[in-house]
Amino acid sequence: MTTKITLPVSEEEIRALKAGDEVSITGVMITGRDAAHKYLVDTDGPEVREILKDSMIYHCGPVVKQDDDGTWEFVAAGPTTSIRDEPYEADVIEKYQVRGVIGKGGMGQRTQAACDKFGCVYLTAIGGLATILARSVVEVPDVHKLDEFGAPEAMWVIKVEDFPAIVTMDSHGRSIHDEIEEQSRANYEKLLGK
Amino acid sequence: MDKAKLTEHFLELIRRASTTLPPDVERAMERAVEAEGEGTSGAATLSLMLENARAASSNSTPICQDTGSLLFFIEYGPDFKAAEVEDAAREAARKATANYWLRPNAVDPVTGKNSGDNTGIEAPHIEFKHRDEPGLRVRLLLKGGGSENVGVQYKLPDGSIGAGRDLEGVRRCVIDAVYKAQGKGCAPGAIGVCIGGDRCTSFCWSKKQFLRDLDDTNSDQQLAELEKGLMDELNQLGVGPMGLGGKTTVLGVKIAKLHRAPACFFVSVSYVCWAYRKAAMTVSGEEVSYDY
Repeated sequence: MTTKITLPVSEEEIRALKAGDEVSITGVMITGRDAAHKYLVDTDGPEVREILKDSMIYHCGPVVKQDDDGTWEFVAAGPTTSIRDEPYEADVIEKYQVRGVIGKGGMGQRTQAACDKFGCVYLTAIGGLATILARSVVEVPDVHKLDEFGAPEAMWVIKVEDFPAIVTMDSHGRSIHDEIEEQSRANYEKLLGK
Repeated sequence: MDKAKLTEHFLELIRRASTTLPPDVERAMERAVEAEGEGTSGAATLSLMLENARAASSNSTPICQDTGSLLFFIEYGPDFKAAEVEDAAREAARKATANYWLRPNAVDPVTGKNSGDNTGIEAPHIEFKHRDEPGLRVRLLLKGGGSENVGVQYKLPDGSIGAGRDLEGVRRCVIDAVYKAQGKGCAPGAIGVCIGGDRCTSFCWSKKQFLRDLDDTNSDQQLAELEKGLMDELNQLGVGPMGLGGKTTVLGVKIAKLHRAPACFFVSVSYVCWAYRKAAMTVSGEEVSYDY
């Protein structure tokens, strides 16, 4: 069963999500990866502060096309590896009251603790699903830091419709990434005769 | 062949590489869907990946937004000049970026500035080999960055994983690397391994294994057995598609060996994500043919 999430979303709705839940997201969020996270921690992020509150940040470096009339269109937009933002994410969640972080590969203890404390979830989007996920980006109203960070790293403001993702770290301390790592560690030790 | 025409052929090669899942990879993914079993989340994830690849191919849009680093492996005959071929490849990379088949992926590591067109120092990377036979054979890998980050180079012996200087040691390195990668390289990936060489050639040959067909058999019998054994063992790790659990962690394992200096014993493990993009073309006279 898929849970529909509309942004902005309440803390209560986010707290109701459990690891393993499939969700479908509709609303306005921003993309942000390596350079954006550093920027959001180093500054007050005035351009995106309002959008981020009770919304989500998507770890994505898209391929974006500008049409003749100047409007932007996402051509390819799958997730990038999230763990690189681990040094920053907990602070971003707290500072901007972010309710969801979307990416791939999972995140670490600090982010998990921030999810638990402030009411946020980590969601996995399937890596490489660039064409399908770009289709769920129905509008690109704005972009920040395009010249400074380049297209893959810029903070794109995107309106998504029925964006598919799976909750893999909930706000109650449960991480599917940790569980799979633990299970695979047992298999790894068996294979290596440890 | 004139340069404009050659550039067009390179452009088409890049377009195909970015937007088409090679047939051997598609077959391996289809086998993986069956292995995971109907109704499992692993099968659902793999099916979405295949659906995405088909949509990309019919729309002519990138399978993955990380269109990777361009690695060209080119053999050229006496009727071609390396400098002209290189110009055509670089110009095609620029055009492919302008056509949204490639994301601008060349960043100056000191200034942080993205060149905006996929060209820069060693970008694209081009390896040339001269041959006596006329014509051109070009193979291209678009190597994604997420999977590149989970590659590892081991120096044997490595006491932390009980790996000595033998094939059992190599086996332990590969299992260790794939376990540590978890889902971060966009599993299920293919694994390229090189035993021996120096630090540079070893990593390079581990990546060249991605030019092989997933269904081929290594001509070296010992390596063929190791490839087969590791494929089974790695799929027992339980990492699964995107690291969310399942029976399919890798789509294939390919291993090369290079002579080494007595003091050195490197094992290089490279990872390519399921969005495993490679393409090849042959140019003969005025004719061009693409492998797929």
